[in-house]
Amino acid sequence: MTTQTTESSDQRVDLIMSRLLRTGVLLSALFVFAGGVLFLLRHPTPVTDYHNFQGEPAEFRTVPGIVHDALALRGRGLIQLGLLLLIATPIARVAFSVMAFLYERDWMYVLVTLVVLSLLFYSLLGAHP
Amino acid sequence: MNTLDFTALVALGSFAAGLLGALTGLGGGVVIVPLLTLLFGVDIHYAIGAALVSVIATSSGAAAAYVREGYSNIRVGMFLEVATTIGALAGAALVLYLRVSVLSVIFGVVLLYSAYVSLWEHPSPSADAKPDRIASWLRMDSTYPTPNGLERYYVRGVPLGFALMFVAGVLSGLLGIGSGAVKVLAMDRAMKLPFKVSTTTSNFMIGVTAAAGAGIYLSRGYIDPGLAMPVMLGVLAGSLFGARILAGAKVRVLRLVFSGVIAVLAAEMIYNGLK
Repeated sequence: MTTQTTESSDQRVDLIMSRLLRTGVLLSALFVFAGGVLFLLRHPTPVTDYHNFQGEPAEFRTVPGIVHDALALRGRGLIQLGLLLLIATPIARVAFSVMAFLYERDWMYVLVTLVVLSLLFYSLLGAHP
Repeated sequence: MNTLDFTALVALGSFAAGLLGALTGLGGGVVIVPLLTLLFGVDIHYAIGAALVSVIATSSGAAAAYVREGYSNIRVGMFLEVATTIGALAGAALVLYLRVSVLSVIFGVVLLYSAYVSLWEHPSPSADAKPDRIASWLRMDSTYPTPNGLERYYVRGVPLGFALMFVAGVLSGLLGIGSGAVKVLAMDRAMKLPFKVSTTTSNFMIGVTAAAGAGIYLSRGYIDPGLAMPVMLGVLAGSLFGARILAGAKVRVLRLVFSGVIAVLAAEMIYNGLK
């Protein structure tokens, strides 16, 4: 009987996760597309030399910089915001798994999932010289 | 070349890469890097940045369809994610210390290996279904839906699987790829998961692993909006289209042909690196 309940709650979790992923990817693609249109309209000539690696300016490398640029409706800022949403989608999925394991009172996996989540946050928000 | 032409060409190439990735089961990322570096002369740092973002898009897009079918084993996936995310952070850190030529050669070798693995027949789940001590302690054993109803399976080889997943993570962070081939190797061969469970779980893990590397790529300035835009949209569209036509295609023949294409790209990457 216990397995039966786990199965159905697993299925519900799967369904929510499926919607979460779909929404994340779709929203991200919309931002990237909109930003791309603005970028192409405003920059008919190339702005980046892709043959020689320079690295992006700071405004496209940090979360606050990207949000600032996107709010100013700069094309490349909107693209980066879309990509940020894309990176956030699997992270949101992991965060959601923490809650699902909490709900099941599966403490071992709450811990495992929290470790993964903190590594992801470290990657996205930590300073990487 | 003006921006519009460049963007259109990259988008078209990325669409083809996404299609190829879906048909071979290798994912779009592994085709994007050779495409951008060999054909467009893009620096490998920008190329792996754009590729890794597209990997997240295809993985999450496909996972949205997969999770509903109830195949993926979240416990196995989450436990192994510890190894792949640490690996991805290490791999992304390692990029700083490797020369472009070295990266190029490593990429070519991994690509060759992936093309080779994609041609393997998947082993059928072992009939000697005995629980494994570590896997049962980690509550990894589960069931999956088959035509004959739910079937039980036992997970094994957890330490080897974990170690292989660390390698998969390093390669993902180092090369901007999903490392699907190494992940499937770990779960199919080492941990003896049923084929459907290993592919869907691997797909779920690819997105999380790629996100770990992408955070570092972003702050290092590898992700260029002007380049990532056509790559991400193109690969996403290509892989969705690929998944659709895959349903009725002669998969075996297609895989052989495309694995040949990928082997040529791999050889070219190695040659360019050594030159």
